[in-house]
Amino acid sequence: MNIIYLDNSATTKMDERVVEEMIPYLSENYGNPSSIYSIGRENKKVIEDAREKVAKILNCKADEIYFTSGGSESDNTAIRGIAYANKKKGNHIITSKIEHPAVLETCKQLEKEGFEVSYISIDEKGIINLEELKQSIKDTTILISIMFANNEIGTIQPIEEIGKIAKNHNIYFHTDAVQAVGNILIDVDKLNIDSLSLSAHKFYGPKGVGALYVRKGVNFNKFINGGHQERNKRAGTENVAGIVGLGKAIELAYEDLEEHNKKIRELRDYYVSNVVKRIPYIKINGDMENRLPGNSNISFRYIEGEGLLLNLDLKGICASSGSACTSGSLDPSHVLIAIGLPHEIAHGSLRISIGKYNTKEEIDYLIESLVEIVGRLREMSPLWEKVIEEEK
Amino acid sequence: MEYSLKVVEHYTSPRNVGKIEDASGVGEVGNPVCGDIMKMYIKVEDNKIVDVKFKTFGCGAAIATSSISTEMIKGKTLEEALALKNTDVVNSLGGLPPVKLHCSVLAEEAIHEAIADYYRKEGKLTEEEIIKKCGLKKHSSES
Repeated sequence: MNIIYLDNSATTKMDERVVEEMIPYLSENYGNPSSIYSIGRENKKVIEDAREKVAKILNCKADEIYFTSGGSESDNTAIRGIAYANKKKGNHIITSKIEHPAVLETCKQLEKEGFEVSYISIDEKGIINLEELKQSIKDTTILISIMFANNEIGTIQPIEEIGKIAKNHNIYFHTDAVQAVGNILIDVDKLNIDSLSLSAHKFYGPKGVGALYVRKGVNFNKFINGGHQERNKRAGTENVAGIVGLGKAIELAYEDLEEHNKKIRELRDYYVSNVVKRIPYIKINGDMENRLPGNSNISFRYIEGEGLLLNLDLKGICASSGSACTSGSLDPSHVLIAIGLPHEIAHGSLRISIGKYNTKEEIDYLIESLVEIVGRLREMSPLWEKVIEEEK
Repeated sequence: MEYSLKVVEHYTSPRNVGKIEDASGVGEVGNPVCGDIMKMYIKVEDNKIVDVKFKTFGCGAAIATSSISTEMIKGKTLEEALALKNTDVVNSLGGLPPVKLHCSVLAEEAIHEAIADYYRKEGKLTEEEIIKKCGLKKHSSES
C-alpha cells in the first residue's frame, strides 16, 4: 500500500541530498573530531561548517550555536541551564500553557526545586495573552520561555513583541522554535531572542540531532558533564553525520522556503476548504492567519479521534489527533483544552501537517477518505444519533 | 499502540452496528468527556437475547469491545449474558493494551444496563432486585 504521509509536524522524510551528504560520515570519515590527526581535524571542520550554516540562517554568530541531540535536549539545557545559572537574580520563570512537554515538564521539575513558574493563558485562537504576560513579570523573573509556533494547532506567537517586553525588563527570552525553523524566517537579533531550540528532523534532516542558540553573554549551566566538546557546554563525542545532515537540511530548507511554503499553504487551504464544504459539524481549531503553512487542526464532532486515525491508517494515511486515546491518558490534548475546546470536541480532533513532498492527488484522496470514514463513524455514534433525532 | 489482529478486525468491520427500533431494553454507559459512550440495544424473547445492536462513540478498542460483546451475548439467556465478564471480552479479543482495559468494563456495563432496562420495562422485579441481579453500580444508569 502507498503511504500518504501527512504528519510532517511529527517528523519529515529526509531529503535525499541530506542523506548523500551524511553517508561519508557514517563510513570512511570516522575520525573523532577531538583527535589531533587529519581525519579527526577534518571532522572538526565539517562540524564548524554546519555551525556556520545554522548561524547564517538565524543571523547570529557561529559560537552562539551548540549542537545537541534534538529539540527536547535543547529546551532542557536552555531552561534549566539559565535558571540554575541565574538563581541569584531570581527564581521566577514565565511560560505558556501550550508549550511542548519538553518545556512544561522541565518547568514542573524546576517548581519542585524551588523555582516559581507562571503559565500564561492563550485565547481561543491559540495566541498568548500579552497583557497577562506583562502583568506576570516580577522583580524575581529571570526567564520567559514561549514557543515560536505550536505543534498541534500551528499558531505562531507574537515573538517580536515578547522579545521587546523581555528586553525592556532585562529578562532572558527563550523560544522553542522546533516547529518554526525550516518554515519561517527567523532573525534572533531582530526578534531579541536570547535562546532558541531547533531540531533537524522537522525540516527533512536526520533524527537525533538539534541545536541550541544562546546569545553571547547569557549565563547558562551545562546539561551534560564530561569532555570539552561544544565549547565546554555539551560533553560527548559529536554526532558528526547528524550535524552534517542538520547543516545541509537547514541550508536547503531556506533555499526553497518561499516556493515550498506557497505550495504547502495552497494544499492546506484546499484541504480545509473542501472539508468545510463536504463535512458538516466540524470545528477548525487555531488561527487561520498566524499559522504554520502546512498545519491544519479540525475537530469532527460526534466521533473520536483514535477511531479516525486507525481507519485512515488502513488507507495508508498517516496523521495525528489530540484525542485522549492517542495520548495514553484519559485527558485530551492540553493545547486544545487551553484554547477552550470542550473535552468531547477535543477528542474528535485531527491534525494534518502537510510537507514539501505532498501532492494535490494525495490531498484529494485524503478528502474522499475522510468523507467516507467520518460518515461511517458517525453512523456508529450514539451522539450522532441524537443530533439526527433533534434535527427531525 | 499495539492492537491484536482480532481488535483490528472488529474495529474495521464491526458486527451488529445500529439500533433496534422496538428494543426490549437499552443501556447507555460512559460520557463524552471521557471520550467513550456505548449504547446497547437488546431484543428479548423467552428470556433469550434474540437480537442485539450497538452504537459507540470512542476509540478503536471501544468499538472492538462493543462489537465482540454483541456477538458473545446474541442467542444467550439473560443469565448467561449477565455472567459475561469484561475479562472474557478481553480474552476473546486476544488482549487489549492496559490503558484500554476500561473499554471492556464499559461493554460489560452496557450489557448489564440494557438487561436492567428490560427487567424494569417487564415490571416483575423490584428496583432493588434488578440492581442486585444485574450487579449495577449505584446511580450508574444516570451517569
